[in-house]
Amino acid sequence: MTTASIPLPRPASAIGRVPTWPLPLAVIVFAYAGIPLFASDYLYDAILAPFLALSLAAVGLNILTGYAGQVSLGSAAFMAVGAYAAYNFNLRVEGLPLLASIVFAGLIASAVGVVFGLPSLRLKGFYLAVSTLAAQFFVQWTLTKFSWFSNYNPSGVIDAPALNVFGYVFEGPHGRYLFSLSVVVALTVFAARLVKTQTGRNFIAVRDNETAARISGVPVLHTKLLAFAISSFIIGVAGVLWAFAYLRTVEPHGFNLDRSFQILFIIIIGGLATIRGAFFGAALIVVLPLVLSRAGTFLFGSYFDSGVLDMSQRILVGALIIVFLIAEPDGLAALGNRIARRLRLKSPTN
Amino acid sequence: MESFDFPFFIEVLVGGLLSGIMYSLVAIGFVLIYKTSGVLNFAQGALLLFAALTFVSLLERGVPFWITFAVTLAIMAVIGILIERTVLRPLVNKPPITLFVATLGLAYVLEGGAQLLWGTQVHGLDLGIDDVPYVVGGVFISTFDLFAAAVAASIVLLLTIVFRYTRIGLAFRAVADDQFAALAIGLKLPVIWAAVWIAAGFVALVAGLLWGARLGVQFSLSLVVLKALPVLVLGGFDSILGAIVGGLLIGASEKLAEVYLGPFFGGGIESWFAYVFALAILLIRPSGLFGQRLVERT
Amino acid sequence: MKHYGAKALLKGAVLSAVAAGSFATAAIADEQFFPLQSYRVGPYAAGGTGFFGGTIDYFNLINTRDGGVNGVKLTWEEGETQYEVERGVEVYERLKGRPNIAAWNPLSVGIAYAMIDRITQDRVPLITVNHGRTDSTDGRVFPYVFPLLLNPYSETSGIINYIASKEGGEEKLKGKKIVVLYHGSPYGKETIPIYELLKEKFGYEVQQIEVPHPGNEQQAQWLAIRRYKPDYVVLRGWGVMNPVAIKTAQKTGFPVDRIIGNVWSNSEEDVIPAGDAAIGYTAITTQASGADYPVLQEIVKTVYDGGKGNLEDKKRIGSVYHNLGIVNGILNVEAVRIAQKRFGNRTLTGDEVRWGFEHLQLDPKRVEELGAKGLFHSINVTWDNHEGDGLVTFQQWDGKKWNVVSDWIAPDWKLLRPIIEKSAEAYAKEKGIKIRTSEDADKVTELQGAASSAKN
Repeated sequence: MTTASIPLPRPASAIGRVPTWPLPLAVIVFAYAGIPLFASDYLYDAILAPFLALSLAAVGLNILTGYAGQVSLGSAAFMAVGAYAAYNFNLRVEGLPLLASIVFAGLIASAVGVVFGLPSLRLKGFYLAVSTLAAQFFVQWTLTKFSWFSNYNPSGVIDAPALNVFGYVFEGPHGRYLFSLSVVVALTVFAARLVKTQTGRNFIAVRDNETAARISGVPVLHTKLLAFAISSFIIGVAGVLWAFAYLRTVEPHGFNLDRSFQILFIIIIGGLATIRGAFFGAALIVVLPLVLSRAGTFLFGSYFDSGVLDMSQRILVGALIIVFLIAEPDGLAALGNRIARRLRLKSPTN
Repeated sequence: MESFDFPFFIEVLVGGLLSGIMYSLVAIGFVLIYKTSGVLNFAQGALLLFAALTFVSLLERGVPFWITFAVTLAIMAVIGILIERTVLRPLVNKPPITLFVATLGLAYVLEGGAQLLWGTQVHGLDLGIDDVPYVVGGVFISTFDLFAAAVAASIVLLLTIVFRYTRIGLAFRAVADDQFAALAIGLKLPVIWAAVWIAAGFVALVAGLLWGARLGVQFSLSLVVLKALPVLVLGGFDSILGAIVGGLLIGASEKLAEVYLGPFFGGGIESWFAYVFALAILLIRPSGLFGQRLVERT
Repeated sequence: MKHYGAKALLKGAVLSAVAAGSFATAAIADEQFFPLQSYRVGPYAAGGTGFFGGTIDYFNLINTRDGGVNGVKLTWEEGETQYEVERGVEVYERLKGRPNIAAWNPLSVGIAYAMIDRITQDRVPLITVNHGRTDSTDGRVFPYVFPLLLNPYSETSGIINYIASKEGGEEKLKGKKIVVLYHGSPYGKETIPIYELLKEKFGYEVQQIEVPHPGNEQQAQWLAIRRYKPDYVVLRGWGVMNPVAIKTAQKTGFPVDRIIGNVWSNSEEDVIPAGDAAIGYTAITTQASGADYPVLQEIVKTVYDGGKGNLEDKKRIGSVYHNLGIVNGILNVEAVRIAQKRFGNRTLTGDEVRWGFEHLQLDPKRVEELGAKGLFHSINVTWDNHEGDGLVTFQQWDGKKWNVVSDWIAPDWKLLRPIIEKSAEAYAKEKGIKIRTSEDADKVTELQGAASSAKN
């Protein structure tokens, strides 16, 4: 183990290709038409909103880490850049439509991502991973230090603007959900297309073998920075969703190191180098603690106080992560593939 | 600006170097694990918290100092062996990033376990060293920091002796140099790993006590890893010497920067300066000052 | 240990997997529900257990001793937030659909911020005792938000007034050097302009130095302080930053009795880890500590001796956060009681309780009747002043406990009010909020849970 670069797990996508556009389409249709039939405010605002934002962030990180093989621990910083940039575009540029603010915010996050991605040209593995922490701390410092970013609000916490798209305001839990969902669908489709193009293949080539990639004519440096740029763009937009559609307030503390780790958890548990893995992983990471905490309160609430329950839950989440890594190191996406393959073996029509 | 205040400069420098030693103490725990198993063990901070919390809780229940120390050390050893058995061994040969994420999960378990066991109260920890400053030629030097530096030096010395002159130490170096060759000549990896985790537990205990005496024993103790990471990047993940030199460099540069550059940025730059500084050095030497030469995968 | 009914518990759990915000249950008669976004885990657990423990202890006292507030039982449920905003929001979404909610009490600036729009829509009051958004003091713009007793600006003014009294008068402040050591966060930075403003008024010199989060290393800052040689250091700290500041002060030879802590640097948890270095440290507070006050004695007698006490460690009864929790309990209960005078002794809607808070006037005589004489001074909330002119006092740590070392001191509200109004008006403009009049404040929604079931 003398090499300092991090060999990544087998990409789950390589295991048994499922010919799939009908399935994602069905999921999208269900998300738009099915979920609103039964969803409550709680489901929208406390589960789906963070789920969508974190899924998108994980799609972004997966492009960088899963496809292009560059490990980053600074995802939350790029979310923060996105959120603050969108807020400021919206505030300071008179008449700029919200969607344009969001796109510009993504571009700013992208630019910041490229700057902090520069070390990747020389560093590898954990050296690179730890150096992305520079982004994490520098961005948080900048956003708290310079009050301009929070419009000189004395408390440094700002209110998110209304989600107004060409005169239509996405309001209420359902409206905000539709807004988040549309943004997530659009960017996910983009990401899914991207990884199938030459650019996507270049990412994978750089990840699998940098030297070989260079020999076969892949512009390695350019490819790495492009991965940082695209990934940060998506993560930045995820930050906008987190702040505008979920919390509806923007504060730097929420984009801390724990959030970065959370996103990393999602892509590892969901499955590296898969798009759907990001959604599986986010579902697990967002929903599991809630289910555990509710179940804990239900079963033991009258015996222990909430602190004890929460610590037990923390232990359980940690333990489950470890157990999961041992049992299914390639992630939920691989698990899904395996099940799908088995089902197909059983049905002769396929 | 007034004329350059030389004694003040020395004071900042010395203070920084001594702070740096405290970072090194935490970093050494990382190095031990990384060297033998290639894992960036993020749970080191949680181990430190667990050790300090166990120690202080026993002490508060009236157990004498040295017995407490021995018991805590034993508990840390058991935890080390458990980690090796339940986390590391099943994940052997898995990619380092998987292992890294596993150690994050481990950190959750340890932090939750420590607080579940001993509660969330904040404790004071008095090691019996009054932190009244020495004054040497108008320069204030902290007694406590000097003591910490001495402890760090002893640990490095101890580890060096163990690695150089004992069988297990030799095996450790063999594994660090080449895991497969070590396996091939019949070294038992699990035994070495367990030994290393116990050593890391010991370092965590010592660092936990020193940091605990400075900060109080509480949840925030696990955050000191963030101070150790830039030290690791700078010194190399796999060099104990690097951890020491890296710590000194980071400590000194960070304090000097805060005092002399900070005012130009409005202060508070310490949180990121160490990372940026380490990064700048890395761009010149991509495996840190003392890390092994980077081997490209082919 | 907990007091909420098994029925409510079951309801919460049945809904756990998917859950619902819009279940329209028939209101259970004569109950007033307090959702508590508590934090008993994580870096600020010590504060959370004390504060929420105190509030719950007081609710238990009212239920056990008085059978509730005029016959209306107090109920509550805790949700763990670990002080994280998104977990606070989750708990809000989980509990907001409960019937009979009286008020929210998060004790977290971040969570409170995220809730302002939400609770304004729900028409339920949000109590941020001793902290929160300064400009929410202006009830004209923030009808449902109550930074009771002390907002950050008043705290600043109180500290400067205390230094003045120590020095022997306001005119003595001229030429004095003060360092403000603040936590590198929005919270820490909030009072920077106020120290500058008061500097203009009093003519002291001030240097404001940032400590990066979490504050476990302060060598550089304290060396800079030593070089500057200030007369006082004000500690606007947070968590682990406080004991480290006190220890580092000792290490660099700065006298601890010249350090004055703010309202988040004033607890046992802030000084105990610093050991003997903290002896002589002084901090501001709105409520004295100690368990000698009649109300605490009754809590010990009725609640703890009955085995219902919320604190695990009885030694913490009367600690700073526990007493703050008790005062918070008193303020919530009295707001309900005052509102009942107008609306009748029944379960009130959130908006009715809001009216109660806007008439929360407890003079020293009433405070004495409540058994809290000396615990806190008085409060005088009106429809447009949601802070209520809380007085502050200063306490000094003797190595074992806090001792009050000053009279009750009044901050300079008159000086601060215009800044607060300006900020609130800017907020109103940005958000398109119509500024309220006293007539608006007197209109009350009597519909039960009006907004929470609306899906808009």
